[in-house]
Amino acid sequence: MSLFSKENGEVFMGPLNLNNPIAVQVLGICSALAVTSQLKPAIVMGLSVTVITAFANVIISLLRKTIPNRIRIIVQLVVVAALVTIVSNILKAYVYDVSVQLSVYVGLIITNCILMGRLEAFAMQNGPWESFLDGIGNGLGYAIVLVIVGFVREIFGFGTIFGFQIIPDSAYVENGGLYINNGMMTMPAMALIIVACVIWAHRAYNKELEA
Amino acid sequence: MEHFISLFVRSIFVDNMIFAFFLGMCSYLAVSKTVKTSFGLGVAVTFVLLITVPVDYLLQTKVLANGALAEGVDLTFLAFILFIAVIAGMVQLVEMVVERFSPSLYAALGIFLPLIAVNCAIMGASLFMQQRILLDPETSTQAISGVGDCVAYALGSGIGWTLAIVGLAAIREKMAYSDVPKPLQGLGITFITVGLMAMAFMCFSGLKL
Repeated sequence: MSLFSKENGEVFMGPLNLNNPIAVQVLGICSALAVTSQLKPAIVMGLSVTVITAFANVIISLLRKTIPNRIRIIVQLVVVAALVTIVSNILKAYVYDVSVQLSVYVGLIITNCILMGRLEAFAMQNGPWESFLDGIGNGLGYAIVLVIVGFVREIFGFGTIFGFQIIPDSAYVENGGLYINNGMMTMPAMALIIVACVIWAHRAYNKELEA
Repeated sequence: MEHFISLFVRSIFVDNMIFAFFLGMCSYLAVSKTVKTSFGLGVAVTFVLLITVPVDYLLQTKVLANGALAEGVDLTFLAFILFIAVIAGMVQLVEMVVERFSPSLYAALGIFLPLIAVNCAIMGASLFMQQRILLDPETSTQAISGVGDCVAYALGSGIGWTLAIVGLAAIREKMAYSDVPKPLQGLGITFITVGLMAMAFMCFSGLKL
């Protein structure tokens, strides 16, 4: 199978839309809700998960013929834990303020269902290049939903994007205008409802997914 | 004593694993279709939490922390790997116990029992515990400083998670008869329900113990 064949293309494009990890496979929900109160942590988290999923997929795919079946889960967990330790330390070194905002959710990438799900479902049965594409695809599909939720929550909850004030200061009530930030958007509860709306829109658009 | 009770009650209602931190959502959404299996899973999660959080606390303070094992030796980078290994081992143990004492529950839970090992709630509780050791007990009700505090925290977190999943299962059982729009059916309406439940639980955030 060539590097960029049609099947590989589907492996990569699938998770971006019809097989989206959050909206369809229902994986990786925990961090999608918790880190998206602002756009910057959402993007950092999305990128971290993409990188970790891709490389974990490659490593497990290379090892797949040598892992004894009984300790399969433990080997997968150890590989992922090692990768997450590396990424967590890189984040602490280069983007410290975001890593503090992400707090335990970086460590929780180990238990992120997307990783275990893709390792079990794909990397254990396919070659390294396909597994790499699958990892990147799923990571990006996850990141897209995170960015959408983070964007909506930040613009309505804080009036900023990436820290840049979008809603002009003069529009706020305390400065004589009529606008108040929607404080509920910064709370966990709204994250759930926004993801529900994303799923609603996704399923209304892709009729074949309607349960 | 007051600190135990405060930590315990806070962990159930205010720092609820599902509604405040979204830990354990995947198995939460997947298993909450009937009250009976939800309760069984909740009890299993509580049990695993009760064992792993104190063990991880002892590991953190006696082995991993800076200077714990020997002067100048800081093994905190091994925390992730060691914690997940402890959790995977404990879950294997719980699986064997459940299979021996309640084969029907074992069959009903199916794949979700071994999946407790990758349940974010378990790992998350240990990671939060790691952060809370650093808090000062005088100023913070969330501080953890001893195995007793760990037990109170773990028990409270487990009971909070069980409360959340049983509550959602009860609602979903009734919602099976409701008229939900097609694109929202199944996953969408469940998310909205959990969102509304989370809003309801926000009323506990003013609790002063």
